[in-house]
Amino acid sequence: MTEKTAESSRLKTITLKVNHKEYTVDVEPRMLLSDVLRDELRLTGTHVGCEHGVCGACTIMIDGRPVRSCLVFGVQADQANLVTVEGLESEDGELHPLQKGFWEKHGLQCGFCTPGMLMTACHLLEHNPHPSREEIREAISGNLCRCTGYQGIVDAVEYAAKEMRERAE
Amino acid sequence: MKPAAFDYYKPETLDEALSLLDEFGYDAKVLAGGQSLIPMMNMRLARPPVLIDINGVQGMTGIEVGESEIVIGGLTRHYMVEHSPEIQNSCPMLAEGIKLIGHSQIRSRGTIGGSIVHADPTAELPVMLTALGGKVTVVSSSDERELTPEELFLTYMTTTIEPNEIVKSVHFPVIAERTGHSIEEFTLRSGDFAIIIAAASVTLDEEGLIESAALCIGGVDGIPVKLEDVTDELIGEAPSEEIFAEKCAQIVDLVDPEKDIHASAEYRKDLCVALSRRVLKKAADRAKQA
Ligand SMILES: Cc1cc2nc3c(=O)[nH]c(=O)nc-3n(C[C@H](O)[C@H](O)[C@H](O)COP(=O)(O)OP(=O)(O)OC[C@H]3O[C@@H](n4cnc5c(N)ncnc54)[C@H](O)[C@@H]3O)c2cc1C
Ligand code: FES
Ligand code: FES
Repeated sequence: MTEKTAESSRLKTITLKVNHKEYTVDVEPRMLLSDVLRDELRLTGTHVGCEHGVCGACTIMIDGRPVRSCLVFGVQADQANLVTVEGLESEDGELHPLQKGFWEKHGLQCGFCTPGMLMTACHLLEHNPHPSREEIREAISGNLCRCTGYQGIVDAVEYAAKEMRERAE
Repeated sequence: MKPAAFDYYKPETLDEALSLLDEFGYDAKVLAGGQSLIPMMNMRLARPPVLIDINGVQGMTGIEVGESEIVIGGLTRHYMVEHSPEIQNSCPMLAEGIKLIGHSQIRSRGTIGGSIVHADPTAELPVMLTALGGKVTVVSSSDERELTPEELFLTYMTTTIEPNEIVKSVHFPVIAERTGHSIEEFTLRSGDFAIIIAAASVTLDEEGLIESAALCIGGVDGIPVKLEDVTDELIGEAPSEEIFAEKCAQIVDLVDPEKDIHASAEYRKDLCVALSRRVLKKAADRAKQA
């Protein structure tokens, strides 16, 4: 076995680029990326609900795609570019249009599902600046909200889409 | 930490991955997209002592569309197939069916090979592979073999792939002339696993009569079920709502689904009939326009 591949020691050193900042941590291979973010990097904005891929609370962006961070091991994200909900607001602290939308349109009650909703919606709006309500519903179908009945969330995403189109003009 | 401890290997070539599988035998599991394996590990239903992460293996990702065959690398992720314009032209069923797999977050990571090996009878890819008569290329350190769906799927979540083998590529035929495809499913929530899936392909002759047809149902047995008794009777007929309704009525006697908390066996049978009529009709309509 070559040295490169025989990685059987239990602790691994990995480097993660999260919201444009670089972090180097030692993790056990079995540590889920969601736990690395929350427990090692103290980025607790990413929520953990079901831990088997169903609820969507842990959704983050990996290399530009929305991914369940509870279904990826931290070691697998070595050298990857991650964006979590903490990375949505701009550097000067201005809220992302989606965050504003959730505020304005009552897109949250308890807020548990919100980080995952925001990341999922963010990916939708990057690819589809004019989503219909149906398309918004389809996009967030993998994110469970126990509180809002989704009305406010759909309104919030529509609000953000409009805001982002206006900014782009 | 939810999963039990394991040793983690990340080979960079297929040969390295295969020799690791030889070395560890039944102790090792291949990790591809992880969208089925990691949930099982999180619930400790699976506790493999060794994981061989093939995500860094070169040459196993990509889509090649040839004259008559589409070759998809085993490690190709669902979203790559979903967004491939070539797939939309060369295999409309695949383009349509891939979108039905889970949610976009699942399709970001899940792989074609992983879905096939996982072999859930309500999953889209096994049904499409069976409906279209595709093939799977499987390699070990000493052998390479091609398997048809009939040779591949054994029963619920079980295939004939050996523990030292890796799915290198999955092959689908390019859609023939005067042919239409269609796939539909019934789920409780958009993106969930289907209760019943039906997939059909219909080819018309120059007079517009049915030259050949295929129909496959997922969710009624441990493997996708091809309904040749129904499609054989369609050959030579003019496609119409009535003929599909008439021939699909017998499906209630041809399938034997189990009941569970989501649906009774009778309801599943009704779904089989309704979805089969619908996909055959839609495939035939598309064949007319092809
Ligand atoms: C919330 C949720 C919803 C889902 N909904 C659907 C759905 O509607 N339809 C659907 O089809 N799927 C669904 N899935 C499953 C998902 O689509 C996976 O893509 C798929 O079943 C497994 O692929 P994977 O690449 O993630 O495989 P993994 O989880 O990495 O592996 C699965 C199995 O295959 C083996 N394996 C993987 N790749 C290879 C290979 N190349 N050669 C040999 N063995 C290999 C592994 O060892 C393991 O036993 C869902 C998953 C989740 C979490
Ligand atoms: S915690 Fe990851 S999907 Fe529920
Ligand atoms: S706001 Fe409470 S779960 Fe969505």
